[in-house]
Amino acid sequence: MQYLKELSDLYGVSGFEDNVRDYICTIIKGKCEYHIDNLGDIIAFKQGRKRPAHKIMVAAHMDEVGMIATYICDNGTIKFDTVGGINADVIAGRQVVFCSSGITGAVGMKAVHHLSRESRKKPVSKDNLYIDIGASSRQEAEKYVRCGDYISFCSDYFNMGNDIICGKALDDRAGCAVMLSMIESDLEYDTYFAFNVQEEVGLRGAAASAYSIDPDFAVVLEATTASDISGVTGHKRVCVLGQGPAVSFMDRRTIYDREMYNIAFETAKANSINCQTKTMVAGGNDSGVIHTSRSGVRTLAVSVPCRYLHSPHCIIKRSDLLDMKKLTMLLIQRVAVL
Amino acid sequence: MNLNKSLSALSNVCGVSGDERAAVCTALEMLHNYTDSCRIVNGNVIADFGVRGQGKPHVLIDAHLDEIGLTVSYIDEDGFIIPSNIGGIDVRLLPAQKVIIHSRGGDIYAVVSTVPPHLSSSDPVLSDIGDVRIDTGYSREELEKLVSPGDTISFSSEYKNLLSSNVTGKSLDNRSSVAAVLKMLDILSDKYYECSFSVLFSCKEETGEQGAKTGCYNINPDIAIAVDVSFALTNDDSPEKCGRLGEGPMIGAAPTLSREVTQRLIDTAIKNNIPYQIEVMGGLSGTNADQFSISRNGVKTCTCSIPLRYMHTPTEVASLEDIENTAALLAAFISEV
Repeated sequence: MQYLKELSDLYGVSGFEDNVRDYICTIIKGKCEYHIDNLGDIIAFKQGRKRPAHKIMVAAHMDEVGMIATYICDNGTIKFDTVGGINADVIAGRQVVFCSSGITGAVGMKAVHHLSRESRKKPVSKDNLYIDIGASSRQEAEKYVRCGDYISFCSDYFNMGNDIICGKALDDRAGCAVMLSMIESDLEYDTYFAFNVQEEVGLRGAAASAYSIDPDFAVVLEATTASDISGVTGHKRVCVLGQGPAVSFMDRRTIYDREMYNIAFETAKANSINCQTKTMVAGGNDSGVIHTSRSGVRTLAVSVPCRYLHSPHCIIKRSDLLDMKKLTMLLIQRVAVL
Repeated sequence: MNLNKSLSALSNVCGVSGDERAAVCTALEMLHNYTDSCRIVNGNVIADFGVRGQGKPHVLIDAHLDEIGLTVSYIDEDGFIIPSNIGGIDVRLLPAQKVIIHSRGGDIYAVVSTVPPHLSSSDPVLSDIGDVRIDTGYSREELEKLVSPGDTISFSSEYKNLLSSNVTGKSLDNRSSVAAVLKMLDILSDKYYECSFSVLFSCKEETGEQGAKTGCYNINPDIAIAVDVSFALTNDDSPEKCGRLGEGPMIGAAPTLSREVTQRLIDTAIKNNIPYQIEVMGGLSGTNADQFSISRNGVKTCTCSIPLRYMHTPTEVASLEDIENTAALLAAFISEV
């Protein structure tokens, strides 16, 4: 999938998606009509060969989880808050980067030698973590960091065994990459594309873009939790890498459109595309605000299974991404003439 | 010698205890700038300088070359690696860390398995090494062809410069000291000194100082200085247990160390205007010095430690200034013995 490496490596913590937005705009320029709304969403329209019976929107979010500087301590270390849900144990012992200035920070931990047996068993607490930028005083730190500066994980995209991809922001640059690939394809029907901001902090951007596009049908392209890891069996795996996109019937924010859900599986079967459902009702995505936009939008989420979501190292399988694009393209053709 | 560049190369290379090969190659290459007479004896790198005898003491300057890490102990039914730790690791910071498996066929990149916040009800705690699983993306069958039990696993954390002269990376414990010793050789290369000395880049410190024991026996010195790292104060630690970053080498004072050598190091620092800190320990030092002092018929031993924050994490922080000052102190010590 073209552009995914560049997309994943860009810094785009919720509220500061500028780099991602600029990058996407340079790619879609001349390939479709687009404008940027007040929140920073990209609203794009690509003409297909035919006019659909209903207005169709495909959506993905540009933002990623990260951190934001909240306080500069006297000794020059930086306190931070998380932007989006991140467990503290995937922040401890990592390098981070301040997105505007580009300076590096280290999130350390007290040396293990100085920890009691009991404290080695205690969960890492976000409140105790801080970022060391090497400054020796608040005055020195203030030359480089301001409260409110965004902070991202230092983590470069790389390939792993078995056609697997690892990157910090595959949630949801994977969805963005699929949308870019669709915009560059020949589309059967006119389609709207929303590249949304601020999903990770409460589905904010999607609320605005869904309102302005005012679609009849929406397909949300996401990355969703796969817990097909060692020792986890049955429904607790949620979904499995390599078995195609996950099409949800329900999550914590949305009960999905039943007819679209059924069509997705029929289409997958008829075209021999791998496809699975999520076996646990968990999480949520932009569908939550899209399906309740204005007087309601018929909505389905099609997600690439992703291990270690909201960590510096999300992993997905390339074939799932390709299946996700295929299925979405075919699904739109069916929905267009419903 | 460009200290930043050398330390960067040393820090980025893998040298987990027992599998120091790559680190040995890098260190040897740098050592060859100062001598042709390097030898490798049972994993230790040794180089001799000056003419031994002449009634002058023979000094051992040691820095261990190995780093903490993991090793493959089993590949489970789901194709995940169950590792064992090599050296002391805070298991709680392993989730979602990128690691490198150094297999016979080449390096394999992998990620430590974890459960995301969407599925974990409260703060998860991974604190037992036995519960750690490493994800390579491969199935068990595929993985068994690529990886064997005993293969070394290292952290993947690139060396980076922070503000001031501070740096971060993995294995600054103890490549900072290796860099300091190389810098010492750099300073001594155009200085006169009367004594003879050996440099020991020892293996297997993190697993019980085995390299120090055999290396010191082999070299048979009169005086030994273990150059290592020690705790620099962090926000979450106690000042009485730590030195301070950027305030110079920490000279050891302990019942197991030689008071004479401790004092001589302090005097050398004062005389040469080199900043220093005194690190007091109530018994053993927890460094190679513990082996040196009881090698053969006993060796007058002291520690000289570079302050380091977040020891044994992939984001250790050291100060290049401290490393420079450590090199200066060691060079002055050798010149004045």
